Amino acid sequence: MRTSELIAALSADPVPEPIRLGRRLSAALALGLLGALILYLLIVGPRPDFAVALATIRFDLKFLDAAALALPSILLLMRLARPDAKPGALALWLFAPLVLLAAAVVVELIVVPRDEWLSRLVGHNMRYCTTMIPMMAAPILAALIWALKGGAPQHPGWTGALAGAAAAGLASFLYASHCPDDSPLFVATWYPLATLLCAAAGAWAGRRFLAW
Amino acid sequence: MGDVPAEGSPGDPWSAMMKAAMAGDETVYRRLLEDLGRSVRAMARAAFARAKLGDADVEDAVQETLLAIHLKRHTWDPNQRLGPWVNAIARHKIIDAMRRRGARRSEPIEDFQDFLAAPEEEDPHALSDARKLMETLNPRQRDIVQSISLDGQSIAATALRLHMTEVAVRVALHRALKALGAAWRRSVS
Repeated sequence: MRTSELIAALSADPVPEPIRLGRRLSAALALGLLGALILYLLIVGPRPDFAVALATIRFDLKFLDAAALALPSILLLMRLARPDAKPGALALWLFAPLVLLAAAVVVELIVVPRDEWLSRLVGHNMRYCTTMIPMMAAPILAALIWALKGGAPQHPGWTGALAGAAAAGLASFLYASHCPDDSPLFVATWYPLATLLCAAAGAWAGRRFLAW
Repeated sequence: MGDVPAEGSPGDPWSAMMKAAMAGDETVYRRLLEDLGRSVRAMARAAFARAKLGDADVEDAVQETLLAIHLKRHTWDPNQRLGPWVNAIARHKIIDAMRRRGARRSEPIEDFQDFLAAPEEEDPHALSDARKLMETLNPRQRDIVQSISLDGQSIAATALRLHMTEVAVRVALHRALKALGAAWRRSVS
């Protein structure tokens, strides 16, 4: 086919209903969160001493960590949906949850006697943590991938991985209210593992569905 | 380049043309695609030459880029200039096309903006893979694309000939173009 012939077909193709990327991503986020919330209410639920726990710093730190992951990844995702996107300084904020976790771990190692380290790290709930976070992240990731299909990310695999991390951040926020393990030693071990699982799933989905 | 009034965007007539195109101006859109195609062609030729690949698939890269520009035009932010956005899409598609030709490691590709002053016309003998890929479309889609692109018929004439409504022809054309883009992508591996 000649290029001029292709252009004839392209210009005859009517202007489509415009896809508003930002709006579509926000809608996907809301929808995915709703799915995660339903799973949370049906299967997970808050821990019995939720109100008491709120007064402890270790418990609250879990929400801060989750938000520190979710927020920059969502904002970056909105940017990366476009082909000419430049991540910019926003990408550096992805280190925020890591720095926060590392600092918390250092403090924990200082204030907690050595013979308690291992039991705090292993906790009670590690298997539950690494399955429930990905489970609640799944609807969020699926919705985000659907929304991103309307975009044209330069690096489909990495963008998918970031969507997985964003979904894991939001799911961790919900899960944190259930989990009885509050030690940063636990959080810094199992939450990132769950996040990595989600990011790997996102990378796969990105390569599979976001190539253009 | 276009002589469309570029109010509010001096020196950037393409952004204005794309805005007009998105508002439904077919004539401006066609001219914009022709303009962009010429500079993308120069960009692709330079990239292929640098990677020591022959010219044979340059036109494929151009057509894939134009098709992607078309299918992804809503990802352009009208508050930004069109050039960098076209550059990102062209680079993505040229790299794809070079990989298909077996280029392992891509040499740096010059920026689209560098070719604005040196557009290149289509080689009249170059035929792209699009024709081969069109065989993956269903017969009706193929007929419609052929009628509008190769035979230069209008939507209305095509609708009349196929006993379809114009809307149905437009919908089928859009689906066909999307399918064509997907077929091209699959041919990468």
